[in-house]
Amino acid sequence: MTSTEASTGVPFTLNGEDFEADNGELLIDAAERHGVHIPRFCHHPRMKPVGMCRMCLVEVDTGRGPALQPSCMLPVTPEMKVETESEATKQAQDGVLEFLLANHPLDCPVCDKGGECPLQDNAYAYGPGESRFVEEKRHFEKPIPISDLVHLDRERCILCDRCTRFASEVAGDPLIHFIDRGSQTQVNTFPDHPFSSYFSGNTVQICPVGALTAAPYRFKARPWDLEAVESTSMIDTAGARVVLQSSQDKLVRILGVDSDAVNWSWLSDKDRFIYEANTSENRIVEPRIWSNDTHRSVRWTEATKVAARALRIDPERVAAIGGARLSLESQYAWTKLLKGVIGTDNADAQLGDGIPGALVLGVERATIAHACQPGSVIVLVGPDPKEELPTLYLRLRHAVVEDGVKLVEITPRATSLSELASVRLRATPGTVGQVVNAIVTESFDQPIGGVDGSRLRAAHRLLTSDSPVTMVFGRSNLAESARYIADAVGGIKRLREDAAFLPALRRGNVHGALEMGLTPGFLPGAVRNRRSVFGNWASTPDFEGKDTDGILRAAVAGDIDTLVLLGADPMADFPDRQLAEEALDNVGTIIAVDTFLTESSRRSDIVLPAAMFGEHDGTFLNLERRLSPIRAKVTAPGLCRPDWMIAAELSLAVGPDLGFASLDELRAEMSQVIGSLEDLDWDALASADDGPIIVPRRNWDLEFGDPAALPAVSSYGFRLVVDRKLWDEGTMIQESASLAKLAPRAELRLSPADVQLMELSNQTHVTVDQGEVSFDLPFVADPAVAPRTAWLPARLPGFDVRRLLAAGRSITNVRLRIPDHGESDHDGGSEVRHG
Amino acid sequence: MPTNDYVAHAVGYVDNEGPKIVTSRFSDPDSYTLDRYEATGGYNATRAVLQMNPADVHSQVRDAVLLGRGGAGFPAGVKWGFMPPIWPRYLVVNGDESEPGTYKDRLLMERDPHQLIEGCLITCYALGLNTCFLYVRGEMALAQERLARALNDAYAAGYVGRNMFGTDVGIDVVLTWGAGAYIVGEETALIESLEGNRGMPRLKPPFFPAAKGLYMKPTIVNNVETLANVPWIVLNGADAYKRYGSERSPGTRMLAISGHVNRPGVYEVEQGKVTFRELFYGDNYCQGIRDGNELKMFIPGGGSAPWFFPEQLDLPLEAADVGAAGSMLGSGAIVVMDETTDAVRACLRVVRFFARESCGKCTPCREGTNWEEKILQRIDDGYGRLEDIDLLLDIGSQISPGNYPTASFEAEGLEANPFPPKQTTICPLGPSSVAPITSAIRRFRHEFEEKIAASALTNGHHGDADHDEHPEEVSA
Amino acid sequence: MSRLSAANVLLAKEIIARYPRPKSALLPLLHLAQEQDGYVAEDAMEHIAELIGVTAAEVLGTCSFYEMFKREPVGRYMINICTNISCQLMGGEELLHHAEERLGVRPGGTTEDGMFTLEDVECIAACTEAPCLQVNYRYEYHVDNERFDELVDELARGSRHDIPRHGTLGRVRQHLDPERAAGIRAPESTGEPQWYTSRKPKEEAR
Repeated sequence: MTSTEASTGVPFTLNGEDFEADNGELLIDAAERHGVHIPRFCHHPRMKPVGMCRMCLVEVDTGRGPALQPSCMLPVTPEMKVETESEATKQAQDGVLEFLLANHPLDCPVCDKGGECPLQDNAYAYGPGESRFVEEKRHFEKPIPISDLVHLDRERCILCDRCTRFASEVAGDPLIHFIDRGSQTQVNTFPDHPFSSYFSGNTVQICPVGALTAAPYRFKARPWDLEAVESTSMIDTAGARVVLQSSQDKLVRILGVDSDAVNWSWLSDKDRFIYEANTSENRIVEPRIWSNDTHRSVRWTEATKVAARALRIDPERVAAIGGARLSLESQYAWTKLLKGVIGTDNADAQLGDGIPGALVLGVERATIAHACQPGSVIVLVGPDPKEELPTLYLRLRHAVVEDGVKLVEITPRATSLSELASVRLRATPGTVGQVVNAIVTESFDQPIGGVDGSRLRAAHRLLTSDSPVTMVFGRSNLAESARYIADAVGGIKRLREDAAFLPALRRGNVHGALEMGLTPGFLPGAVRNRRSVFGNWASTPDFEGKDTDGILRAAVAGDIDTLVLLGADPMADFPDRQLAEEALDNVGTIIAVDTFLTESSRRSDIVLPAAMFGEHDGTFLNLERRLSPIRAKVTAPGLCRPDWMIAAELSLAVGPDLGFASLDELRAEMSQVIGSLEDLDWDALASADDGPIIVPRRNWDLEFGDPAALPAVSSYGFRLVVDRKLWDEGTMIQESASLAKLAPRAELRLSPADVQLMELSNQTHVTVDQGEVSFDLPFVADPAVAPRTAWLPARLPGFDVRRLLAAGRSITNVRLRIPDHGESDHDGGSEVRHG
Repeated sequence: MPTNDYVAHAVGYVDNEGPKIVTSRFSDPDSYTLDRYEATGGYNATRAVLQMNPADVHSQVRDAVLLGRGGAGFPAGVKWGFMPPIWPRYLVVNGDESEPGTYKDRLLMERDPHQLIEGCLITCYALGLNTCFLYVRGEMALAQERLARALNDAYAAGYVGRNMFGTDVGIDVVLTWGAGAYIVGEETALIESLEGNRGMPRLKPPFFPAAKGLYMKPTIVNNVETLANVPWIVLNGADAYKRYGSERSPGTRMLAISGHVNRPGVYEVEQGKVTFRELFYGDNYCQGIRDGNELKMFIPGGGSAPWFFPEQLDLPLEAADVGAAGSMLGSGAIVVMDETTDAVRACLRVVRFFARESCGKCTPCREGTNWEEKILQRIDDGYGRLEDIDLLLDIGSQISPGNYPTASFEAEGLEANPFPPKQTTICPLGPSSVAPITSAIRRFRHEFEEKIAASALTNGHHGDADHDEHPEEVSA
Repeated sequence: MSRLSAANVLLAKEIIARYPRPKSALLPLLHLAQEQDGYVAEDAMEHIAELIGVTAAEVLGTCSFYEMFKREPVGRYMINICTNISCQLMGGEELLHHAEERLGVRPGGTTEDGMFTLEDVECIAACTEAPCLQVNYRYEYHVDNERFDELVDELARGSRHDIPRHGTLGRVRQHLDPERAAGIRAPESTGEPQWYTSRKPKEEAR
């Protein structure tokens, strides 16, 4: 017995030695902790035990004589005596293994799992070595696709219930299930209801045999050819921990890592399969310059020289949009170039679809674990986490379903968590600030924003209970000003001074970008620009810069000469497409640092090719302010470079240089300049299980004004809700062959009551009239939508919803009517421009 | 008065001499109606109980030592006491009778549904719960119909539901039914089925229904016959009940005796007082083996029970004695086989049952029973190998390790192994498939060997592995 | 084929209401679908999934576990011959073989005219009356070959009015009058029934 064990442990005997288990610890886990591995197939540490495969049977004596018990279902009890090596244990395990192999095909040589297969491994370690089963084996049709991404070979399946449990318990998408009975039992979907879960790839990862395989990986590599490195997913701000695996210098697979703090080994299919974009033939692999109506490839020196010329101007006429794709180090380098060398404060990593930088940087940050602790209360004012932060969604879902966490949801339409919420407040667009204010001021007498008093009261009761409160906030509606979200945050802050916050921004490393100062008015470390000395910087901007909206407006007004697009595509991502287009047309020089030619970078004068995720080393900052490593696994193609290096080259050309020539030097400077990174051991970060949370040393306080008044009621009777789906027309998804086809077609969603009221039941399309333009769009009735609300996700095939949006509107009103022309070509939303 | 003969409207039931506690109305053609039930003292027990305090009702049943009639024979009153003080709690009636050879619950539901309903009401009252689910086997259409009608009548009469018998007591009895799955007779599988799931057993521990049952709430699952005894017990008292049967097993139980006897039937028999010999040969019971044949073997407690042989004929029908002798009384199903019976085919048939009914949840049962069936079928088809016999025993020991319960076999100098078997499985279904294998091979190994040898001759192979020409093996 | 009819949806809602959780009504609703169509159609499973708030895969998972639910159309009469041990001893397997020849189908098969589906089944709890069978879950006892042929003729003639077509089990349904019901306890509710508390002896009551 090791002396460091807590004295409160449960004493038990394992193979004759005395140990202590934690209270309630399962025998299989306790044994593992003490170095004794018990074989298993169905047991998974992140799912409830089922005791089905029986591989983990061991001989246990609890005072009534030794008996075989499944160690995955058995909490250690005091004085339990366990024999994992006894004859009875061995016989039981050998027997189970022989049974499992009886009907298992011998196709290991052509099986993706061969070489990393728990069944194969256990067959070597246990079991009789050869099968006495001479009967005909069970037959099923060989691999059938159960979704666009996952194939199922039922002959290989050992019915461990891992995939099916995952689908139902963890993902909440029970679309695969045990079908039939006994020895004919199989896992399958309902006919024509594919396993279209956002999390389907996890089932491949946890399958203990080769029954489930991932379409993008099938036959791509053998396990012994793979090289691997741990990294962090950059598809959203949760920062799921991953392993990148490559073969012949190509990324071929991404697996989830069991990070206790973040993703518990789970990934969304976007995290898992997005690597296909790395090898897309559309990658930009060399610098380009626009001349004579075409892009021509140039050497770096030439591109840098031309770019530097465009940057060496009045700093107020230089602006940069983007930066969320970058590592923390690159973000620092770019901030230093923009703010310290060029001297402009016009830098914004968000594209008008986020939350004001000061609000994000200023609120007390929660950890996911804090938010999800048993018995706490979470208030959600933001996007559907399943669509925008899927791995965070799994944690929130688990907290509510398993740990008794109460959810108060204040959103303009239902989310994937709504059915689990204790209180649902369906606040119509533009009202969330006042709804929260009514809760704070206990104004329950009359409904507000479509929410009646009893619900406000119910929310108040939960939010003022003894339980800790965490607010998950973000942009729930792109057709509604972020101001209302800020008001709601302010309200919760007033109600609960001890509330903690998780800003549910979507885009990659945007928290790193904000923290490193890629937002107006801030310098690295979340400090306000005091227009004085900062670190070793030569200078700091001497004016307060503009955000993306301001930059684009200034560009239209002719006030911006050079615009840097740091992996940003405002043409596609900025909520007001017309403004973005006019702005890009009016700017003198556009410098795009990017990986693909997007709508925006296609219009650029200079395109600088950047290394992608998996091709450069760096650091990620997630929504908890947790640091974790981003690692290179493969060589960047062509002449692509890490973003920090591009900044350093440009700085050299603009003059003076940034002062670092390697990542180590860059990090050393960051630790010197940024208070929260002062004691950071960068090297340890790469091997840490869960990275540290950084605490900024702010030189300012967050202030909230009074909540904005309710928007005026318009004769255009429907308020528009625009948000995002996981699968959309985003560049990275479209460049990933397997994911490109997953985006659903755009359709408007209306409440069933409105469909009835407007007598739309016999229609397939509805005319959406925004005043200046109108479109015919397909629609469906959906109870997730509140009355007098029209819901339309952005960036889906079929219709560009931003044609209905304009920057600066607090809310977007539309009028709906039955189309007055016949069954014309509806599919792209035929446009009628008024007047 | 007993007619000592078959009862035409209760097919299978033999109204012989002896006390009748649960079959007292079976001879009345309209025994299933509310009128007949009330005319014969029905619902008086409930009326009386509603004036008592619930704990006293519970004590009466506990004192009567009412042993569960579903198979395990655990005292109902003790089981009731295992519920933690948590509400809501539920009563679930197990009417999913499907153990091969068993039928008595079907007759109780078809012939005297009100007696069962009354048993439910009294039990609910004693345990302070107000929702009871009565789960009837899917294939029993008549039982469902009779219970539905009885419940509708009893609700209309004010005997069930809100303000029962004009008191403040409210208890609902909901009729529900299965759809063809033997394993649902296992109590945790039944609970899964009642939750709308596949009827796959839960692991005990931790899911003992009394603590974590239906919807993870305290739940008592009792067999139909068990509850049918309850009205009589509370009406007549525990002492009166204990005057019947033996000290260890008071009261009567219903036995279905089928197979090669002259008068097969369902009999209500005092527990512990009769031996198998009396039962098979006595005039009051089965009146001998057919055609004057010799008894070869018999199954004393349903398809799951290890077999007995002529040596065990003088055992009394007493659970402890039968258990010590290597089998169980189980669900009161006795299958008698005479000298003409093919032991291999009988073994195959019972094994096939378990293979077909395995739920597939745990590996040893899913794969093991299927494998056993395939080997036995192969032997019966004439493609057996001598090593298959020991392979069968080996597979059995991988499902049920250690000494499997068997009867003594003095001629071979083998002693009995007591019941129950050990298991590598979640529930007893898989181990049950080992019963016919060990029973048949231990006693009749020569029949297996002869069959294999004979088929080797006709099929031109030598019955051993080296020369096996079994077509499936070639293709495998 | 075929979602539940409007009348059956009403019935389904009544059935759902008597269970503490909607999914508990799944088996009865699958029986209802089978009663409507003679088998459980895919559309019916999807419809039931909507009614009880689960996925169609979950409905299929449960449906496919139970032998009585047929997911393909079957004959008007389902003839289930028991071949388990008690019936085997008395000639159940021979009866099955006779039935195969008489009907010209193997177990699991349906006659071309759609009248009969033959199955060999496990113990149907009439062991003393072996060999026995069920037609649409109605018993026939001591069935020999001649009796089997007669039975088939009776059924084909349509003279067995006591046997409804496949899918109908008990012809009487329980009706739980809300006025009469005590109120099904949901698992989320707490506390003893009032009548129980008031009837406990004083010292126990607290």
